[in-house]
Amino acid sequence: MAIVVDRRIGFLDRLYLPGILRGMWVTLKHLFRRKVTLRYPEQRWKFPEGFRGVPALVKDQEGRTKCVACYLCQFVCPPKAITIEAGEMSNVVEKYPEKFDINMLRCIYCGLCEEVCPEQAIFLSKDYEVAGSTRTELIFDKERLLAIGGMREDPIMKWAHK
Amino acid sequence: MITSQIGQQPLEQQEERKLGMLDGRFGPNIVTTTLDLVFNWARKSALWPMSFGLACCAIEMMAAVASRYDIDRFGAGVYRATPRQSDLMIVAGTVTEKMGPVVKRLYDQMPDPKWVISMGACATCGGPFPTYSTMQGVDRVVPVDVYIPGCPPRPEALLHGILRLQDKIDKMTIARRV
Repeated sequence: MAIVVDRRIGFLDRLYLPGILRGMWVTLKHLFRRKVTLRYPEQRWKFPEGFRGVPALVKDQEGRTKCVACYLCQFVCPPKAITIEAGEMSNVVEKYPEKFDINMLRCIYCGLCEEVCPEQAIFLSKDYEVAGSTRTELIFDKERLLAIGGMREDPIMKWAHK
Repeated sequence: MITSQIGQQPLEQQEERKLGMLDGRFGPNIVTTTLDLVFNWARKSALWPMSFGLACCAIEMMAAVASRYDIDRFGAGVYRATPRQSDLMIVAGTVTEKMGPVVKRLYDQMPDPKWVISMGACATCGGPFPTYSTMQGVDRVVPVDVYIPGCPPRPEALLHGILRLQDKIDKMTIARRV
């Protein structure tokens, strides 16, 4: 059964003034609190360890590109963003990527290429600021990918023992 | 010879659309460069986006609007629901073939000067959906100024894209191209 309660509000309440002032007091309190805004270009967030950014190719400590153009990353890439063309070498490694293009616009930054690579040649860096004005600007070729990736120390060096 | 209403120039010599009475009338001089500074500052500091979140990238766009990565610090926090009052369209999300003409219609309804940011993998090139129903990139129907890759791009990446668009706006000029 509904209970009817007689709520009579006074004259001041009907002017809505106390309600407005209470709301403004809440806003004023926030003016003097610590702000949560991260001021973007000057302040950056420190990304956690597993953050997936732009994929990049790496060289080992002797300056050799670790990729051997096995095509596994091209095969596993869900949007087919990677295009590889293999070239032949005459030493024990036998294959190297002559052309290695990643279309950054197609890439979904899933990390499957990093997971599947048998040579640990491709890693997802912490870089995310890639924006361009044209589509061709955002197809990264091998030189650019190597520049982003840099050198990663390889403790195993498996090709040296074959 | 067909002449336009603005500036008595024949239409064949016009390379771009005029945006008013001052555009393209005068060669570059100190007045136009000063006006360029003022106009470009005004246009880039108060970009009003049209809320056009289609799919998951819309969530990251909302995160960019929220208080942690405040997009209002760049002047772009006033999201208009109608294209008639906005000058930036952030296409955030997958554009399907069915939605394509709608995007084009909304773009046409925006007044000049207008810019388009294509956010995320799906809007730029169809992303991971190479199907018959997904438009492989929104630049098949509208001209895009800045492409932001990511799936979805971080809010900071969207802010970086807006900063790149501001750099692009800085290069606009009202002087006549000689």
